[in-house]
Amino acid sequence: MHEMSLCENIREILEKQARADGFARVNKVWLEVGPLSCIEPEALRFGFDVVMRGSLAEGAALDIASSHATARCLACGHVATVQRRYEACPDCKAPGLQVTSGDELKIKKLEVV
Amino acid sequence: MCGTCGCGDGDVRIGGHAHQHGRAREIALEIDIMAKNDAYAAANRQRFAEGGILALNLVSSPGSGKTSLLVKTIEMLKGTLPVYVVEGDQQTSHDADRIRETGASAIQINTGKGCHLDAHMVGHAVADLNPARGAALFIENVGNLVCPAGFDLGEAHKVVVLSVTEGEDKPLKYPDMFAAADLALINKADLLPHLQVDMALIAANALKINPGIEIIQISALTGTGMAEWLDWIGSAHARVGSAKHVETAAE
Ligand SMILES: Nc1nc2c(ncn2[C@@H]2O[C@H](COP(=O)(O)OP(=O)(O)OP(=O)(O)O)[C@@H](O)[C@H]2O)c(=O)[nH]1
Ligand SMILES: [Mg+2]
Ligand SMILES: [Zn+2]
Ligand SMILES: [Zn+2]
Ligand SMILES: [Zn+2]
Repeated sequence: MHEMSLCENIREILEKQARADGFARVNKVWLEVGPLSCIEPEALRFGFDVVMRGSLAEGAALDIASSHATARCLACGHVATVQRRYEACPDCKAPGLQVTSGDELKIKKLEVV
Repeated sequence: MCGTCGCGDGDVRIGGHAHQHGRAREIALEIDIMAKNDAYAAANRQRFAEGGILALNLVSSPGSGKTSLLVKTIEMLKGTLPVYVVEGDQQTSHDADRIRETGASAIQINTGKGCHLDAHMVGHAVADLNPARGAALFIENVGNLVCPAGFDLGEAHKVVVLSVTEGEDKPLKYPDMFAAADLALINKADLLPHLQVDMALIAANALKINPGIEIIQISALTGTGMAEWLDWIGSAHARVGSAKHVETAAE
């Protein structure tokens, strides 16, 4: 729902990075989105195109990679990769794995001119 | 105009050197897109810690009864501690007006099309409210069970309000919110006799998402559960105070 405002954050970051790294155009942006980040990739893509219009990243390509979420079982200590918040432990079947990562939202790489 | 990148003649001079129409290059980064919000949230949190202020972020779908609960809470807290309220809605100042009728100070933030409060907006509202030392600050978020989960405002706890008419499956359908909250207030409990709602199932679903969440069944209308909620506020407020104590003792 707030993908537009996230895209505005991305644009600000790109503008700041352009001053720091001395580039004028962004051709492509690589994002990493955790599966638990509340982000809908399609909404993000739509917002990206709209928000980048008239900026240094107008028409830039967007690559969205989904990272893994990890969780730890409080019962047996098993560390597992999960897609959702409330999976049971694949090892001992205990419910309620404790999520340890997976809600990140990061810019990983830029192609610039 | 340059055909390679569309820049105007001579208008790009970065870091003192001329813009080069060279080949494209890649820059590896590791930038958190939420970092800006998180920085404002950290500043808010520090302000709350320094002032011994308990900040609670109330989140829910529209109409679950956040403002009604706050009005009742403020009435019951009267004379015990100073209360301030930040109201977030897309439009209108109805909720802030309802709060001010109780005598508490309130500020309305209208987010327009925005579907959540962010830490920057809240920082400005808190600066305007200028809450007294040791106060309780309630932040009523925009009615939306989705995005407010992703925005840290600097609060001590998120409190999710779910009314009994919304369905037992809501914690499973909106897991992020229930994962982010430390307390769930299951409101409109007075309606239970008229409904076929399985309270135990609501609780079980919330615990499935967040095994540490506390749950209080409550009614803003009849006052059921209010005492338990006020106790919870009291304990949370005491923790803010004692954290401050430890800090000053260590100085
Ligand atoms: N029966 C009953 N009705 C309630 C209770 N709490 C709130 N309501 C009613 O629910 C409706 C919505 O209440 P609000 O307090 O405005 O809800 P809200 O969560 O602040 O709504 P938004 O700010 O618009 O998201 C009103 O008609 C209230 O009278 C309750 O405990 N029992
Ligand atoms: Mg309200
Ligand atoms: Zn939002
Ligand atoms: Zn296990
Ligand atoms: Zn500002």
